Amino acid sequence: MNTSKTAPDPSLVVEMRGIVKRFPGVLANDHVDFELRHGEIHGLLGENGAGKSTLMNVLAGMYRQEAGIILVNGEPKNFSSPRDAINFGIGMVHQHFMLVPSQTVTENVLLGLDDPRFFLRLPDYDLKIAELGERFGLKVDPRAKIWQLSVGEQQRVEILKMLYRGVDVLIMDEPTAVLAPQEIEGLFVTLRAMVAQGKSVIFISHKLQEVSAIADRVTVLRRGVVTAAGVASKGVSRQELARLMVGRDVIFAVDKKPCQPGEIVLDVRDVHADNDKGLPALRGLSLNVRAGEIVGLAGVAGNGQSELSQVISGMRECKQGKVTLGGDTVSNRTTLFGIQHGMAYVPEDRTHVGSAPNLSITDNVIMKKYRKAPISNRGLLDMKVAAKLANELKQAYDIVVPNVSTPVRLLSGGNLQRVILAREISGLPSFMVAVQPTRGLDVGAIEGVHRLLLSQREAGAAVLLVSEELEELLSLSDRVYVIYEGKIMGEVAIGGEVPDENLVETIGQMMTGTPLEQIRKEGVASHD
Amino acid sequence: MTESTSLQKKRAAWRIRIEPHLNEPPPWYPVLVSIGALIIALILGGILILVAGGDPIRSYQHIAKAAFGNVGVLSDTIVKATPILLAALACSVAFRMKLWNIGAEGQFIMGAFGASAIILTPILPAETPRWIFIPVMMMAGMAAGAVWGFIPGYLKAKFNVNEIISTLMLNYVAIAWINFWIFGVWTEGGFQMTAKFPENSWLPRLLDYAETFPVFRGLTTHFGLVIGILAAIVLWLIVYRSRWGYEIRLIGDNPHAAQYAGINIMRNTIWVMMLSGALAGLGGMSEVTGVVHRLQTSPVAAGYGFTGIIVAWLAKLNPLVIILVSILFGGLILAGREIQPSGVPKMIQGIILVCLIASDFLLRYRISIERGEE
Repeated sequence: MNTSKTAPDPSLVVEMRGIVKRFPGVLANDHVDFELRHGEIHGLLGENGAGKSTLMNVLAGMYRQEAGIILVNGEPKNFSSPRDAINFGIGMVHQHFMLVPSQTVTENVLLGLDDPRFFLRLPDYDLKIAELGERFGLKVDPRAKIWQLSVGEQQRVEILKMLYRGVDVLIMDEPTAVLAPQEIEGLFVTLRAMVAQGKSVIFISHKLQEVSAIADRVTVLRRGVVTAAGVASKGVSRQELARLMVGRDVIFAVDKKPCQPGEIVLDVRDVHADNDKGLPALRGLSLNVRAGEIVGLAGVAGNGQSELSQVISGMRECKQGKVTLGGDTVSNRTTLFGIQHGMAYVPEDRTHVGSAPNLSITDNVIMKKYRKAPISNRGLLDMKVAAKLANELKQAYDIVVPNVSTPVRLLSGGNLQRVILAREISGLPSFMVAVQPTRGLDVGAIEGVHRLLLSQREAGAAVLLVSEELEELLSLSDRVYVIYEGKIMGEVAIGGEVPDENLVETIGQMMTGTPLEQIRKEGVASHD
Repeated sequence: MTESTSLQKKRAAWRIRIEPHLNEPPPWYPVLVSIGALIIALILGGILILVAGGDPIRSYQHIAKAAFGNVGVLSDTIVKATPILLAALACSVAFRMKLWNIGAEGQFIMGAFGASAIILTPILPAETPRWIFIPVMMMAGMAAGAVWGFIPGYLKAKFNVNEIISTLMLNYVAIAWINFWIFGVWTEGGFQMTAKFPENSWLPRLLDYAETFPVFRGLTTHFGLVIGILAAIVLWLIVYRSRWGYEIRLIGDNPHAAQYAGINIMRNTIWVMMLSGALAGLGGMSEVTGVVHRLQTSPVAAGYGFTGIIVAWLAKLNPLVIILVSILFGGLILAGREIQPSGVPKMIQGIILVCLIASDFLLRYRISIERGEE
């Protein structure tokens, strides 16, 4: 908060003083101070919309601050573009990668640079980039094309791009959102190698456990204001950080009643399906969900979860096997058939699949009800009834908007997810599949979504919860299946057959492709 | 003010910042922006007239008088606006679903052909009473237009054929098709036109009632206007108040969400293209039976289908706003001819169009100019 301080501190590589950035209607950064030391990993923590990304976009030259100054190595600097920032040694890896899929790693790294000027002499640069990767533990084949790489490898290319440009300060915007647990560990190793070699890292996240695991110091933002400035992460508990983020204590343990499963509602039998590229995504997958239970599906993203939810909802062809819902076959029927038979579906992609961005909240909540009375009346829609329904849902689900004629593109992620859940739940489904329902939401919104899912379970619905957050699956689910390359590796009951301390370990092994029987066999073998 | 170099030289400089609107602007804002754009367009057009050696103020007065100055010219304006109105409604419903129907022109021509076929084949004898003639010709016009919409719609739905190309190409097929009939089968003495239609097949005009209402003397406004306004109201109800319209809007905004909501996109593609074609066909029927009274290439295929694209777009696809914009365009076409057959009036139309389309930017982005410390 000390903006009048003038003597530069030699240990600081970046100092931001009194940064103000305003967007129409929002004060994103309100006199924010931020300090980054040489050779540290600095966690920047905050809920969605707290102003973390805005602050870092100012530092990376994407936005310009309305007030405040930025000092790099003690000297005031002005950035008018990301290029300026990179010239001052500051580079940012964005959440959405900016790579050319048809080009090689080397070509992507060199893109936009003056050297090589005319002749590409790519093999020389391949070597250089391989060496650079070696130094920081960023293993990636320089000659591979981007489309051939996994998301984790693509992220490494983005980091390499910045390192090749000689940045000393690397800003990582929510880097773990797209990574599998093993890849997260790999990223952490890289980041540690970088600080060991004198670089500094800013790690933006809203995940408490990651920030406390990787960061040396933490700055917490809440609604554009700093609530904790550069505190050592060792000396602060997760509960404290959470309170600084949201301004109230967050309950981590979920309160739930004992499970009373009824009969099988959803039955998936030996399902085979292809992905968008025509490659097999599901290979003989079977699972079932009973009434009154939440069944979790754990797995690293891209192992067939999306395809499974699409086969269940009728949006993807089922090549073999079948899916039944309450006895009726739903696979290879129309999406409408599922909707009319009590299926609710919370899709992974809220904005591209789950909602129509330019239509109003009213139009979005009637998406599955407009065919029936009272909204539909002989082919005409009764918009008064629709608006009344929307207002009721707005009240009941705590959707924060001035009115229900607001287009949903103006809603925050949490509010949009509430609109989608309100729509799906208000149809009184007998079965619901929810894919990553809390992805990208802040702590408060996540809690709300969890409560809604549990209320469905208590109402006797069968819920299939697909998530990459193990913690979420373990706290909400009654049973968890683990998916790997389109097959189920095993099923565990929570608090049941496998002892709790080994549970996470077991699920982790299954997520990397070891079937449950094998784990058990080896477990027994080692005890002998 | 400073030159652009000062930005690099890090002195105090004026900066223009462009940021998207985060909140929905108030309802009066788009209206204000459109009026502002119109005023700017008229000023730019005035400069143009000045450069061409004319007096802008007098020219504008003349245009206003020639389009809206008295009942007679107002009636002529409305006659011009009627085909534009129906063509624009046709475009608007397809565009609403993001189907880029560039073929309203061809569907319009086919509609004119369909209506003419009733008289010329002849399907109904020439002495058929008007109250049978007109509804039958309306049906025939709409059916012919709908067929011309069905072809690209079906190709799009089944084989994902780009509708921009197919509808555009079908325009030329339609012109060639009616030319075949005009030059050959239905030609009147070798001229490039058919025989005049019997009077009981004409849409009623105001001047038909001049005996009872003397004020209507010489007014050529015909029943097509009523058809157009009714079509606009019905279309508004379909788009904003019906189940089908909801599906159209949902598909237009996000086809993935529509699929997710269980809507059959293929079927809607075909139906919407047919509705679009039928509306354009109705326009063709209205023009041929209300104004031209014979099938003839040039006054029928006069580009109303293309003007309709512009009008639909300027009216933001709202059927009721299309009525107003069509009348404005009808007036511009009519009055333009008063000052110069071509040239300046066309340019003014172009300037208005560019200004209105460019003003859309102001609805989506906020622009502020400020003095920043570099």
